[in-house]
Amino acid sequence: MTLQPPKHFRIGKTQLTLLEELTNANGVSGNEKEVRELVRKQVAPHADEINVDAMGNMLVIKHAKKNNPLKLMMAAHMDEVGLMIVDEDSDGLYSFVVVGGIDERQLLSKTVNVGDDKIPGIIGSKPIHLAESDELHSIIPVQSMRIDIGPANKSKVKVGDYAAFATKFMHSGDSLFAKALDDRLGVAALIEILKIVPDHIEFLAAFTVQEEIGLRGARVAAYGFNPDLAIVIDSTPAFDLPRPDENENTQYNCRLDAGPAIYLSDAGTLSDPRLIRFLEKIAKENKIPYQFRQPGGGGTDAGAIHKTRSGIPSVSVSVPGRYAHTPIMLARVKDWENTIILLQKALETISPATLSAERA
Amino acid sequence: MKALLQKLTETASPSGFEDKIRDLIRSEISAVTSSVKVDTLGNLIVTIGEKTVKGMRVMVAAHMDEIGLMVSHVEKNGLVRFTNIGAIFPRYLSGNRAIFLNGVTGCINNDRPDDLTKIQSIEKYFIDIGATSDKDCPVKIGDVAAIERGFVDLGKRVVSKSLDNRSSCAVLIETIQNIKNTPHELVFVFSAQEEVGVRGAQTAAYDIDADLGLAIDVTPTGDILGVKMQVSLGNGPAIKVRDQGMISDPRVVRWIEETARKNKIPYQMEVLEVGSTDARIMQVSKAGMFTGAVSIPCRYVHSPSEMVDMDDLNNTVKLLSALLSNPILLK
Repeated sequence: MTLQPPKHFRIGKTQLTLLEELTNANGVSGNEKEVRELVRKQVAPHADEINVDAMGNMLVIKHAKKNNPLKLMMAAHMDEVGLMIVDEDSDGLYSFVVVGGIDERQLLSKTVNVGDDKIPGIIGSKPIHLAESDELHSIIPVQSMRIDIGPANKSKVKVGDYAAFATKFMHSGDSLFAKALDDRLGVAALIEILKIVPDHIEFLAAFTVQEEIGLRGARVAAYGFNPDLAIVIDSTPAFDLPRPDENENTQYNCRLDAGPAIYLSDAGTLSDPRLIRFLEKIAKENKIPYQFRQPGGGGTDAGAIHKTRSGIPSVSVSVPGRYAHTPIMLARVKDWENTIILLQKALETISPATLSAERA
Repeated sequence: MKALLQKLTETASPSGFEDKIRDLIRSEISAVTSSVKVDTLGNLIVTIGEKTVKGMRVMVAAHMDEIGLMVSHVEKNGLVRFTNIGAIFPRYLSGNRAIFLNGVTGCINNDRPDDLTKIQSIEKYFIDIGATSDKDCPVKIGDVAAIERGFVDLGKRVVSKSLDNRSSCAVLIETIQNIKNTPHELVFVFSAQEEVGVRGAQTAAYDIDADLGLAIDVTPTGDILGVKMQVSLGNGPAIKVRDQGMISDPRVVRWIEETARKNKIPYQMEVLEVGSTDARIMQVSKAGMFTGAVSIPCRYVHSPSEMVDMDDLNNTVKLLSALLSNPILLK
């Protein structure tokens, strides 16, 4: 008996285990090595070249097997938002700053892991027993917070150490819960896509660093690769919740269960219209659910990539996720799967002709 | 010049969607030169002349994009929500009309505010294109619109939307037509995506790798109430000394000033506290270039009714023609 291969890629145990490893690993911007080593192990069997550049980007090349290939860069950032220790108080209490965009209201009472030894700690808060009534309605600034690790581990933590949220990955039903799904969903997707690349593409995979603090890794990665075009895989917030006043929610950014979110415009990029139309066509032809992310603020590595050298046609695709940049995010397995399928199908048919017309 | 300016301003082409304005400019200069190309981001690049021993490679940029709107959501009742492309001031929106690139037109209004004395943020505004529901709405998420406002000829002065920066486009087109001889390789860039962060000029400057760069753009004037700035409408092209993003090369400033004086072209000096131009990114491209900017005074910038003085435009053509036809001495 021969088994029919599945028509489309499916998320299975392998991918879920990898995502668990990737999200449980720490990679606050500027300190991506733990994630990078996990990525290296995954891509090694499929890559022709693996290089780590000066910034720490992992640049993986899979050569084309045909002449005059299309040089296609695909990027996903390895880093996540987190914290950094800035000062030592007595008794294992440390003041800290945020690395990347974090709403300080999210921080109190959260558990963290500090430094390479992952020393457990908590961002302490005043118990309700002792809080004055006006304190209950004010925002505590991050300068007033401390990470408490207890005195015994004092020697293992020093100023400059990174701290990451200590949340552990969970998979429940159709949903994924973890820290750093932004952008480990993209990292895991890029690893999956690298496994099967059509012969006509010179595949340039960039696992980038320092996205959360200003697209710093992608800028040099794009310069180094000098591709014909770029596709960025990221995760974008879904705020698809009902409004308390029962009016129509017109500011949801994107929705869970609606498929990969294709970018039209954000604070950093006006996506190349030729690539937007191309991805839409691929999604329709293959009956892959997709949505357009609402144009507006935010940004991805495309913001740096498209302005590199003489300009690089770029577009971003995101896996939607609720509660981004907090200690725990929520995403759907199907949205992640459909993002991978969309990009796999796109690679099959993309060619220089996709970009032969002038940009709108 | 006025007829050209009318055509240019009445063409809807917000940042990232410059195809219509690019085609119009291309047809206007097609008689003069065939050395025209369009790059990745959509910049239109026109080259004239060759660099001689006395010459330089000079990049002259005027952005051709305008601020605009992009659909973010169509409500069940057919109202179209949008976000801004570039610096749209919400106070100018209600009561105006928007025209989509597919020709659909609608009127702009806003949710009823809780506080009538405050200007609401952009998500409180919508375009009503006459649809009765999201099902029969002819526009969808991602569609792009420009503000719809006709050109008005007031004689010496004119009023229109997008005089920022179509007045500089008109000036550059006439300058290209005007220049007969030059010792320089002149690379004129009608740049894309200036209003969203000088993106087109960044990649064009990298590619051109010029010795000297000039940006041509509009600048606000200080001859109306509440603005502290020594630029007046009708007093001639403004030579930029400094803005928020750039300090002009003083040698370039002196060269422009001297050329204006020698040719008896009226001019004024510009120090702008808020805002910048393509020149800011040209100056720091690759190993850098000598950079300056010439500005056309413009009242009510980024409103649906901007105003320029035709004398300023004509004098800017004269100034640029003189600057670019002769060897450049920087001192």
